[in-house]
Amino acid sequence: MTKLLVDGVEIDVPPEFTLLQACEAAGAEIPRFCFHERLSIAGNCRMCLVELKGSPKPVASCAWSVRDCRPGPNGEPPQIVTRSGVVKKAREGVMEFLLINHPLDCPICDQGGECDLQDQAMAYGIDHNRFAENKRAVEDKYLGPLVKTSMNRCIHCTRCVRFATEVGGVTELGAIGRGEDMEITTYLESAMSSELQGNVIDLCPVGALTSKPYAFQARPWELVKTETIDAMDAVGSNIRVDTRGREVMRILPRLHEEINEEWISDKTRFVWDGLRTQRLDRPYIRGANGRLAAVSWRDAFAAIAARVNASSGTRIGAIGGDLATVEELFALKGLMTALGSPNLDIRQDGAQLDPAAGRASTIFNPGIAGIEAADAVLIIGSNPRHEAPIINARIRKRWRMGDLAVGVIGERVDLTYPYEHLGAGPESLAELASGRGAFAEVLKSAKRPVVIVGQGALAREDGASVLATAAKILSSAERDAGWNGLAVLHTAASRVGGLDIGFVPGAGGMDTGGMIAAAGAGGLDVLFLLGADEIDTDRLGKAFVVYIGSHGDAGAMRADVVLPGSAYTEKNGTLVNTEGRVQRLKRAAFPPGDARDDWAILRALSEALGRRLPFDSFAQLRSQLFAAHPHLAAEDRFVPGDVAEVAALARNAGALGRAAFVNPIRAFYLTNAIARASAVMAECAALAASRLPEAAE
Amino acid sequence: MLNDRDRIFTNLYGEGDWRLAGARARGGWDGTRAILERGRDGIIDEMKASGLRGRGGAGFPTGLKWSFMPKTSDGRPHYLVVNADESEPGTCKDREIMRNDPHLLVEGCLIASFAMGANVAYIYVRGEFIREADRLQAAIDEAYEARLIGKNNVHGYDFDLYVHRGAGAYICGEETALLESLEGKKGLPRLKPPFPANVGLWGCPTTVNNVESIAVAPTILRRGGAWFAGIGRPNNTGTKLFCISGHVNRPCTVEEEMGIPLRELIERHCGGVRGGWDNLLAVIPGGASVPLLPAHQCQELPMDFDTLRDLKSGLGTAAVIVMDKSTDLIKAIARLAYFYKHESCGQCTPCREGTGWMWRVLERMVRGEAEHREIDMLLNVTYQVEGHTICALGDAAAWPIQGLIRHFRHVIEARIDGRVAMLEAAE
Repeated sequence: MTKLLVDGVEIDVPPEFTLLQACEAAGAEIPRFCFHERLSIAGNCRMCLVELKGSPKPVASCAWSVRDCRPGPNGEPPQIVTRSGVVKKAREGVMEFLLINHPLDCPICDQGGECDLQDQAMAYGIDHNRFAENKRAVEDKYLGPLVKTSMNRCIHCTRCVRFATEVGGVTELGAIGRGEDMEITTYLESAMSSELQGNVIDLCPVGALTSKPYAFQARPWELVKTETIDAMDAVGSNIRVDTRGREVMRILPRLHEEINEEWISDKTRFVWDGLRTQRLDRPYIRGANGRLAAVSWRDAFAAIAARVNASSGTRIGAIGGDLATVEELFALKGLMTALGSPNLDIRQDGAQLDPAAGRASTIFNPGIAGIEAADAVLIIGSNPRHEAPIINARIRKRWRMGDLAVGVIGERVDLTYPYEHLGAGPESLAELASGRGAFAEVLKSAKRPVVIVGQGALAREDGASVLATAAKILSSAERDAGWNGLAVLHTAASRVGGLDIGFVPGAGGMDTGGMIAAAGAGGLDVLFLLGADEIDTDRLGKAFVVYIGSHGDAGAMRADVVLPGSAYTEKNGTLVNTEGRVQRLKRAAFPPGDARDDWAILRALSEALGRRLPFDSFAQLRSQLFAAHPHLAAEDRFVPGDVAEVAALARNAGALGRAAFVNPIRAFYLTNAIARASAVMAECAALAASRLPEAAE
Repeated sequence: MLNDRDRIFTNLYGEGDWRLAGARARGGWDGTRAILERGRDGIIDEMKASGLRGRGGAGFPTGLKWSFMPKTSDGRPHYLVVNADESEPGTCKDREIMRNDPHLLVEGCLIASFAMGANVAYIYVRGEFIREADRLQAAIDEAYEARLIGKNNVHGYDFDLYVHRGAGAYICGEETALLESLEGKKGLPRLKPPFPANVGLWGCPTTVNNVESIAVAPTILRRGGAWFAGIGRPNNTGTKLFCISGHVNRPCTVEEEMGIPLRELIERHCGGVRGGWDNLLAVIPGGASVPLLPAHQCQELPMDFDTLRDLKSGLGTAAVIVMDKSTDLIKAIARLAYFYKHESCGQCTPCREGTGWMWRVLERMVRGEAEHREIDMLLNVTYQVEGHTICALGDAAAWPIQGLIRHFRHVIEARIDGRVAMLEAAE
């Protein structure tokens, strides 16, 4: 620890602190534009200049470390002044320079009201303009369908460049030209390809980079902010949903150090236009002409009751979708139990995960933040860049710290960091497990290895054996005590929660594949789809399909009865992320038309079916859920699974297949019904698809 | 006046043979092995004793700079980088060394690298110096051929020397921007600290020296630091290459003793100021980036670091730009302002925005299209740039304008008043 005097206040800070951090620790506010905690230090905006006694010039506090300060001649602690005339003059000077070529078009700028330049000009600027020349004009650049540019406003802080290069892992953004002609652009103005590019909008301290879909839609002070959780993938990114009236206007990240830090993926951020289109706003029944016709709730329920009552429990099934909350899955499970059906499954893709093998076999045990402690990473049958861009960014962050060996078994894809490709399928995995090869040595001696098992490795016949083999690779005496490296990477927000409450086939029940086969063969009379759109709906034969969900997608297209539910921004509920962390959704808007909360639909349906579920309110439902599964009551807590369960899992390694692992996500922007309803996502997907042939050349 | 026997660059004008044979005939590569045998500390002490101050412009003592390099390696290699990106307007001394006495530089590189524990040195040559880089490369090839440098050379110290050609950016003459450029990146200055002596080229301890500083080292070590210290004035010792351009009858580059009076320099070597000494208007004594001095301050002006600094100017690279009374000073400084605006790298705010602003105001002042209050505003803007930037280019852009306003404010005011009077007359 080093002693410092900041504005006369003595503080003790670690020597690796920068002066900016030290000043903040001492309670002094330092303005800044280019500095960002999660990016490398550029020191180019010069806004954070402070006076360091003994230095002839003011120094950039963001770049000057406490270690570099010299004590005074008699050993006095180094003295920093942030409130002197010199500092005030320096700040005013820099602010004036930033503003002379800034268009000052705040009234038509989307950043207005949440602009660093605006705020700091108020706090540290001067009130008049001495600049009598023409302002610089810069052509706007095309950066793709997500990021809108207004380059006249750019203050050249290079945050976007550093983000794309460092966090995004794509060296697409850069600065061309020199001096006042310097311009931020991509090479030949091609669209950015990062799945995290939307974050540059948040990073841009001015209105140079703004959200294209949100352009001119709203002002920040008109919006109601709701802090909730993302459901686009199983990461559980913390988000803030901004609504005006009943419409979601935009989605922004919230800070959560252990999950998403302050980034979110582009799907999370820009999916909101999908919440407005393709919505199911009233119940429908498929008529004799084969077309869906709008009906009342009563008629819809009556039609379902007629079919259910004509059937028996074992000939009824239910599949839970990727966006379902734990509460509605719990209610649906209760209904199926009441109907006497053991046929239920949350694993739409048929992943071979069994909650009976212990929670450790179903979750991302090292934790997302735990990746930073890892010393080796093995990725099996997964492309984390598409399945969980936030987790991929974390792996990249760890890789940037140095000394990280990464191996991949599966498809050869660009993960934004280098890795050793160990093979395409289970044979390479078996070879690794038998200890052959250099990477096996790396894994064997690693203290904190992470083995990421993706759904591409699990959703296949030998999935359980793949998981067991992964567990076997992890069993070694070298591991740090308590380290659980088995990391199951889910792609569906509902998956871990569904597994937690046992939304899997009961004794003698059928799983997803079994139900689809049975439906096709006439062995299933009624199938409930709770937002399940990712199954092959063409193979459901003559089964009577009831679709409960928010969007008109594959499930609703095939359904005989459609019951309009609510999307993830429109309901309260619980989601458990891939780490097994319990988080709560909060309602930000209301579902359209006659649509209702999914749990309420199931409750009403149970009454119509004569099997009334034992709760009358969401609070009652939740308290029953907590009583049955107490761990779901503990919010935002990460508890890794038991290492012993992983060790036990390792003993069941069975025969492995021969087919290569195929990553589950083929189109990153189109993984669920909401994304498929979004025009922005469609544009992104088309752009990404057009890149593939180029990449192959 | 420097005696001929005290000259270091005896082939400055290319009258002799620049090749190895010629260099050897002039005393180059003589006793190099004996110099190395004095050891690292011996060489550095001798350099310190010579009082040599860096010839790149800042005048930092060379021996001291060399001593900043870690004494023992922590596993990282050490590097010497020679800054031959001579781009300061008016400066043409390193060019002459590379053209006509390249072996002095090659030998200096070996000695300096040895003194700093570096086995590899790079010479970063300005992109426009095509022939100079060719000739330097030829000299290096000769030295390799004669096993003067390279692996297992006759001096018993493995040493490799590479020439790297820049792309002609002024900013790459700034030492950290030069290192960035050498690493293959965009030439943007780095934040200091850490200083190159600790974290330099590829993160390794590095010293960046000017061509002249390195090229004089072998002769200093051969003839002794005391000899070098005996020339010139205290704290401003030795010989120095002066490049005199502008309104003199015979512009030239000449080796002279530090502290030579400006008038003697101009009259003896350049045939005097065009139109006679009394026709002198102002002098920029050290390359484009130092403030100009009006004629009345040039009468008895010793050309050395300290005297010029006390006059709020600087010796810089000793590129003397002479301007006679036919000069439009505002226009001259506006041209320099344009140069800095053009060469600013754009990394940090004050320089990126300030250089363009200053140039535009000056351009208006050339035509008199300004107001009196704008003179003070311009001066204020220069102070807003100075000292607030990452590298010294911001300072360099500000100083010439400060010099102009300090000494020739009345010229600007007269220009403005003249235009106002003209407009009034037209009405």
